[in-house]
Amino acid sequence: MNSRALTYVLAAAALLGLTALAFAVGRYPVSLGEIVSLLAAKLTGSTHNLPANVETVVMQVRGPRVLAALVVGASLAAAGTAYQGMFRNPLVSPDILGVSTGAALGAVLGIFLSLGILFIQLFAFAGGLVAVGLVYWIGSRLRGHDPLLALVLTGVVIGTLLGSVIALLKYLADPYNQLPAITYWLLGSLASISPRDLSVAAPLALLGLAPMLLLRWRMNLLALPDDEARALGVDTRKLRTIVVAAATLMTAAAVAVSGIIGWIGLLIPHAARLLVGPDIGRLLPLAMLLGAAFLLAVDTLCRTIATIEVPPGVLTALIGTPFFLWLFALSRRSW
Amino acid sequence: MRLWVVIASLFTEVSSAQAPAVDTSGREIRPPAKVERVYAAGPPASVLVFAIAPDKLTGWTRAMRPNEAQFFAERYAQLPELGRLTGRGNTANVEVVLKAKTDLIVDVGSTGGTPASLASQVQEQTKIPYALFDGRIEATPAALRSLGRLMGNEAEAEKLAVWYENELRDIKQRVARVSSHPLVYYGRGTSGLQTGGKGSINIEVLEILGARNAAAEARAGLVTVSFEQVILWDPEVILTTDPNYWASVWTDARWRAVKAVAAKRVYLSPHLPFGWFDFPPGANRLLGVWWAGKLLYPQAFDVDLRAKVAEFHRLFYHREPTAAQLDTMLGEPGVLPR
Repeated sequence: MNSRALTYVLAAAALLGLTALAFAVGRYPVSLGEIVSLLAAKLTGSTHNLPANVETVVMQVRGPRVLAALVVGASLAAAGTAYQGMFRNPLVSPDILGVSTGAALGAVLGIFLSLGILFIQLFAFAGGLVAVGLVYWIGSRLRGHDPLLALVLTGVVIGTLLGSVIALLKYLADPYNQLPAITYWLLGSLASISPRDLSVAAPLALLGLAPMLLLRWRMNLLALPDDEARALGVDTRKLRTIVVAAATLMTAAAVAVSGIIGWIGLLIPHAARLLVGPDIGRLLPLAMLLGAAFLLAVDTLCRTIATIEVPPGVLTALIGTPFFLWLFALSRRSW
Repeated sequence: MRLWVVIASLFTEVSSAQAPAVDTSGREIRPPAKVERVYAAGPPASVLVFAIAPDKLTGWTRAMRPNEAQFFAERYAQLPELGRLTGRGNTANVEVVLKAKTDLIVDVGSTGGTPASLASQVQEQTKIPYALFDGRIEATPAALRSLGRLMGNEAEAEKLAVWYENELRDIKQRVARVSSHPLVYYGRGTSGLQTGGKGSINIEVLEILGARNAAAEARAGLVTVSFEQVILWDPEVILTTDPNYWASVWTDARWRAVKAVAAKRVYLSPHLPFGWFDFPPGANRLLGVWWAGKLLYPQAFDVDLRAKVAEFHRLFYHREPTAAQLDTMLGEPGVLPR
């Protein structure tokens, strides 16, 4: 087995091990035996005589949350990988075209209007899609510039505009009630993930991940100038639209249920690149594995280390930064 | 520090202004001889100033909504929106405060270093005396007295302070008679997963009631907890301020795992015209104490809640609510057991 294949196998094994561990730990004590007999009962359709709360905790609370961490982590890492390749820029994160800022604005508006959690999530999802749609529509109409540059710059200015609307809503929000709710949403958290959230967000994220995985070898061509790619027989405009749509769909679905979780979309692609090099065909699956494993590890700590929840944004950076620097120091690969 | 201010004030000359007073933050305040126009920097301050002398309040921090305005005389409900001044994000312009010909600025809430320095800064800028008072329920009688002295309404303030003290004493005596204290969880936000730890201003009502707060082990202040943690605590009663959350617990399998939901003991705090339970964190929360007291200890708090509400409104909001208004406040789904 060559070292590259070994990397994938190790990453997948780490992910599986982490998932098992994540199911086994939590504030509510559930023994490994209880989990095994519960899952066995669920799989075979037989009845079990475990306490009702054990089933609620595993099936309604912990299970959806573990799976959501995997989906959100993989989505953010995949979107970041695609964008960094497409924009030929290592500083690009999934939010470059405004998806998180748009989603944040949607959610903040929902909180400002005192809507229920379902509408807040719906607003967030729609906000993400609308923001990127707007950026893409304006960016592709700015002729006479490099199309990628036009897209990035439009993304930056629209993102700033949306950010200022968020600031306005925060300013007008009720300071005792709505403002803390907005702050918590912007901090990001998987604490309130419900089975319903997962059943809606996961298919949407997979819908975005599937075309990206299928097109991953061709995505390398997006880094080439348009005319060169055309000479190779690839319609970069069309490919770019598909990639942006897929990345937006999965990021918007992820952010709608988790709030803003930074770091993963920006730095997990780099970690993967240090391990297998810049080819997106090889990079994308590994980035997804690492993103999923990393967010799962972080979220498991968030929900277990203290009585209160720790915001994932705090731990992603605290754990991620030394890990990333260590990887960077070790590696001699070019970008 | 406070002593130093008092000593220093002995040596400063007294002009046409009143004798200097010291606010809760220990800052020396020198209001003009006649205080006619008072700007309240936040909702808890509005409640106190309005209670003492409604005609001296120059405006609300935000315009009254129709469902709030119905509880006040029209001339008060229509006072202009002036914005908040310090603390959690300013929406007031200092020039607006000046233009309102303000004699005294009052803020009620935390009296720590940051609010005190902000108050000093605004006072420096505007030359308008800026007094800061402790907003805790237990500190309300003292705040009423000091504020009444500054505003030149000592008699009115004294009457309110004595009444408030009697209410608190009555509550304490009732709490002392309680033999079983159910475990209570305060769920905030649409997910209900935000709560207040021991000593948090958000659950002062619970602490006055000597309730057993499920989240007591969490740090003071607003915190987020996980479902697993709430299921582990398994509270017997849940109180909330969020109608969306209250409606969702009955259908959400995760919340149904909690004792309080199974026993249908999840209650939604009334919120008109000023919140009863958590926010704004001022004197208005006395009604929340009576409400929660009745829910937690029905025997010891065998009082007529409607009469309590009517009396508080008459004294603090200067208008007794109609029977229909009492129904609006207390008849909302979830406010009281069916």
